[in-house]
Amino acid sequence: MSMTIDEKKAQNAALIEEVLKAYPEKTAKKRAKHLNVHEEGKPDCGVKSNIKSLPGVMTIRGCAYAGSKGVVWGPIKDMIHISHGPVGCGQYSWAARRNYYIGVTGVDTFVTMQFTSDFQEKDIVFGGDKKLEVIMDEIQQLFPLNKGISVQSECPIGLIGDDIEAVSKKKSKEYNGHTIVPVRCEGFRGVSQSLGHHIANDAIRDWVFDKTEDKRPDFVSTPYDVAIIGDYNIGGDAWSSRILLEEMGLRVIAQWSGDGTIAELENTPKAKLNVLHCYRSMNYISRHMEEKYGIPWVEYNFFGPSKIEESLREIASHFDDKIKENTEKVIAKYKPLMQAVIDKYRPRLEGKKVMLFVGGLRPRHVIGAYEDLGMEVVGTGYEFGHNDDYQRTTHYVKDGTLIYDDVTGYEFEKFVEKVKPDLVGSGIKEKYVFQKMGVPFRQMHSWDYSGPYHGYDGFAIFARDMDMAISSPIWGLTKAPWKK
Amino acid sequence: MASLRQIAFYGKGGIGKSTTSQNTLAALAEMGQKILIVGCDPKADSTRLILHAKAQDTILSLAAEAGSVEDLELEDVMKIGYRDIRCVESGGPEPGVGCAGRGVITSINFLEENGAYDGVDYVSYDVLGDVVCGGFAMPIRENKAQEIYIVMSGEMMAMYAANNISKGILKYANSGGVRLGGLVCNERQTDKELELAESLAKMLGSRLIHFVPRDNIVQHAELRRMTVLEYAPDSKQANEYRDLAQKVHANAGNGTIPTPITMDQLEDLLMEHGIMKQVDESEVGKAAAAA
Repeated sequence: MSMTIDEKKAQNAALIEEVLKAYPEKTAKKRAKHLNVHEEGKPDCGVKSNIKSLPGVMTIRGCAYAGSKGVVWGPIKDMIHISHGPVGCGQYSWAARRNYYIGVTGVDTFVTMQFTSDFQEKDIVFGGDKKLEVIMDEIQQLFPLNKGISVQSECPIGLIGDDIEAVSKKKSKEYNGHTIVPVRCEGFRGVSQSLGHHIANDAIRDWVFDKTEDKRPDFVSTPYDVAIIGDYNIGGDAWSSRILLEEMGLRVIAQWSGDGTIAELENTPKAKLNVLHCYRSMNYISRHMEEKYGIPWVEYNFFGPSKIEESLREIASHFDDKIKENTEKVIAKYKPLMQAVIDKYRPRLEGKKVMLFVGGLRPRHVIGAYEDLGMEVVGTGYEFGHNDDYQRTTHYVKDGTLIYDDVTGYEFEKFVEKVKPDLVGSGIKEKYVFQKMGVPFRQMHSWDYSGPYHGYDGFAIFARDMDMAISSPIWGLTKAPWKK
Repeated sequence: MASLRQIAFYGKGGIGKSTTSQNTLAALAEMGQKILIVGCDPKADSTRLILHAKAQDTILSLAAEAGSVEDLELEDVMKIGYRDIRCVESGGPEPGVGCAGRGVITSINFLEENGAYDGVDYVSYDVLGDVVCGGFAMPIRENKAQEIYIVMSGEMMAMYAANNISKGILKYANSGGVRLGGLVCNERQTDKELELAESLAKMLGSRLIHFVPRDNIVQHAELRRMTVLEYAPDSKQANEYRDLAQKVHANAGNGTIPTPITMDQLEDLLMEHGIMKQVDESEVGKAAAAA
């Protein structure tokens, strides 16, 4: 009844061939390198990645500004992030990515507010540095509780050669060493948002770490200090992760960057271990802290009880027996709760097929959570992954899985049409395309306004949401008009 | 009324573009032509000799004060000078800041939209040094200047710039119809200058339209912020500019699509005329002391 693995591989290979036929020869040749059927035992997924998208296709990628402002800097809650340039980039990145935070917005926290220099023609012609100074003055006056300012460069800043570094230094001096960080994340740099993550990481290195060393001599260390790196607290993800680390007996001294503060960033070089969730967007700063401050880092995965269990033990292995014992207690405590979740949803979800296309870490990290529910991920790919992501993916995907890097709108649609998964997990731009095709869909960037999905608490919500999408009675009511 | 002639003067910085263009345009005005000068140099000195003053109110400085160009009226920026020549200066940022090229685009669009070209016979653009970016190429793009006059001299870098400008013209020649009107050699008294200028013009598929001899009277006039035409209308030099003006006036429709040359060809040209000696390849990049 079910296909053998070789049959499945042959079918997927044929599907790739078929999809490529729609392209002109040159495009087909280039796109072919980004599509593959995973072969078990290979060191990576066999696709090229982190390469410029082709003209004429609909890519799902963002830009360097999105990577810096939207992902890395934006969630730092007690800083004000200026979208520096014409108003559009700021307008469309307003309100952030559901990076939850605690604080009084507009008083001591600013995540969902939008600050822009709203460039006009005269700012392009005469340069925007003076305007930037005025904005910083206004920020200091109107929001005196802000703990820092970052300048997120939009494309024109790099084109007209504004000296935002000079302005930042000058104003920082004027405001008694106030943290002001110029970020050269002009959108035209690089092939996707990925370079923006890197630029943002480097800006933290150069303008936060290097300028604030020994700024906090009063910090009292404990042997159990860890920093959560690469959790943006979407729908509260970092919170449901943090409590597990705390239950283990660790002290979380910083959250990067969801619900994080500039003080937490400054304190991070004091951590004993950096625990890294989104490798793609924050491996750079983790490596830097390892080299400069000797802080080891460990990747973890808090999606689904199986991976959580593995990760908790991995993190505990860096600490003493007390932590290790606590960790076993934490695992034991949640086990029955998780079993209850699985018992409730698995019977309805068993054997359901999923296709994913997401950003930084989720194309691989969530696979375990689906498998805990008896589901199978049959296709996955990264918007802006690099080869090291595809190497890591081999530990998650099954032999014969369809892999698509920087998938185009056309390819994704065709793949779903032919593979007929029971669920597609991707972003808002993809959602309605697939729902209109009659395929259940969940947004896997924003958790579809739900979440958290991280940690044990998150898994219960994840399971409920996936069931809600797949088992909704709506799918029994849809019928194409021509099929009546 | 004859249709509007749009011309532009380009050339290496400091070559005497503004002086040559203003004297020539003053001579055209003397011939009864109605002239508008559009200065496209952030230094805003393209109309100084006509207005007897450096234009203070440039389009961009006023626009910056008012908020945007949409808030400006044509009367705010247009000044009337010698023989009713209309003058506007685009202006631009101080050196090292912002984007002067975008400023040129903004200014020219403003002038066109506000009817600055109505009722004139000639629009002349005076553009800085080299076609460094799209903004400074604005006057040679579609529906702008029909003929470009390149002001040059017998100096190598001036000839190099002339060649570069020709490349800019060539780029837009097929899409927009801009042509190279000719070269104007502003004498520097370098060796075999006339010969060289004529040879270069030929290689560029154009001609040397006029050879303006060097005369100190130009400097004397400039000190009084005047054109020679106004300062000493009976001088020999004034007649040179009248001559050039006549040639420009008669040159309508005679422009050519330039044929830019390579750096090697340019060096060959200088060698042919004995300006440059054949250099042994092994000596290239060697300091005098080492040679």
